[in-house]
Amino acid sequence: MSFAQAIGDWYALAVLFIAGVVPNQIWRMLGLWFGGGIDEGSELLVWVRAVATAILAGVIAQIVVEPPGALASVPDVLRYGAVAAGLVVFLLTRRSIFAGVVTGEVFMLAGKWWLG
Amino acid sequence: MALPPLDSPQWQSPWRAFAWGLRSITQTILTIVLFVTYLGIGALAHDTHFSLLWALCSTLFVWAGPAQIILITTLGSGATVIQSAIAVTVSAIRLFPMVVSVLPLMRTPTTKRRELIFAAHLTAVTLWVECHRFLPQVPRERRIAFVHGLGCGLVSVCLTANTVGYFLAANLTQTLGAAILLLTPLSFLFSTARNSREVADVVALTLGILLYPLAAKMNSGLDILVSGVVAGTIAYGVHWWREVRA
Repeated sequence: MSFAQAIGDWYALAVLFIAGVVPNQIWRMLGLWFGGGIDEGSELLVWVRAVATAILAGVIAQIVVEPPGALASVPDVLRYGAVAAGLVVFLLTRRSIFAGVVTGEVFMLAGKWWLG
Repeated sequence: MALPPLDSPQWQSPWRAFAWGLRSITQTILTIVLFVTYLGIGALAHDTHFSLLWALCSTLFVWAGPAQIILITTLGSGATVIQSAIAVTVSAIRLFPMVVSVLPLMRTPTTKRRELIFAAHLTAVTLWVECHRFLPQVPRERRIAFVHGLGCGLVSVCLTANTVGYFLAANLTQTLGAAILLLTPLSFLFSTARNSREVADVVALTLGILLYPLAAKMNSGLDILVSGVVAGTIAYGVHWWREVRA
């Protein structure tokens, strides 16, 4: 890879700024602006935290239900099964993230190997 | 590694607090998960014909995994800049409540807003989860320095992963690629579940997952937002009801 290839073209970097950087920083700076006047234990913050958690939960569901790229090559039953198996082990191991993640991955890879 | 007690002289210097934040990245499996996630983003950027500098700039200045994946995927599949910007803006809405909920953990009565700008920039799901875990063990007046250290450590890990992934791209098989993509939902699910101490948190997480497929059927383009606000509001209702009854 040449130096010029590593840098790429300036148009692509401008697009990154407009479509990537600005849309993210707007929300962070709005949070900074409005967060200043909000008390840590306030009821509004309890609601905001619940919504943030639920939006993240939605992203988790989206990746499993409408899988991107290479994950789409994994059958539905294996994706859902991997999450379910991971969740069971996570709960059995008194909330070990590591055990849950490894179980889910092993389930998916073993299933894919078994199905050929 | 355990953090020093709250009254330890270790916390007197902000630089020490920064170093403790930096070292704390070794205390969470999310660091490994971030590494692998950003390995995938580097590989995705390569396969979609973006430059290495582009990939590194996206990590440095966007600093939100889902947004970066959406940006690369949409631009790579021929969407216009405006279409990509809208998709990313919607995905980034979740940063707003994260920043609103995490910054008060670092504020003291004398903290000025501009002192929190860099912490706000570093706020993304991993930092948000880890702040709720680590910050109670950090004296309040050193929390901003600690978060700067933690954030800089995580960004460095991800920049390294991007570079490695970019060069590995040609060698990732489809099954390995799928395994890397599956890490994201698994790790985010279990790390959020682990940090759910109150009933409202558990309700928000469970309902958020269950309501998403329903909201997606409406095909409004704001699916995540619809299911998130509805599930979060119901979770808040449960919290409120328990408070009133108590």
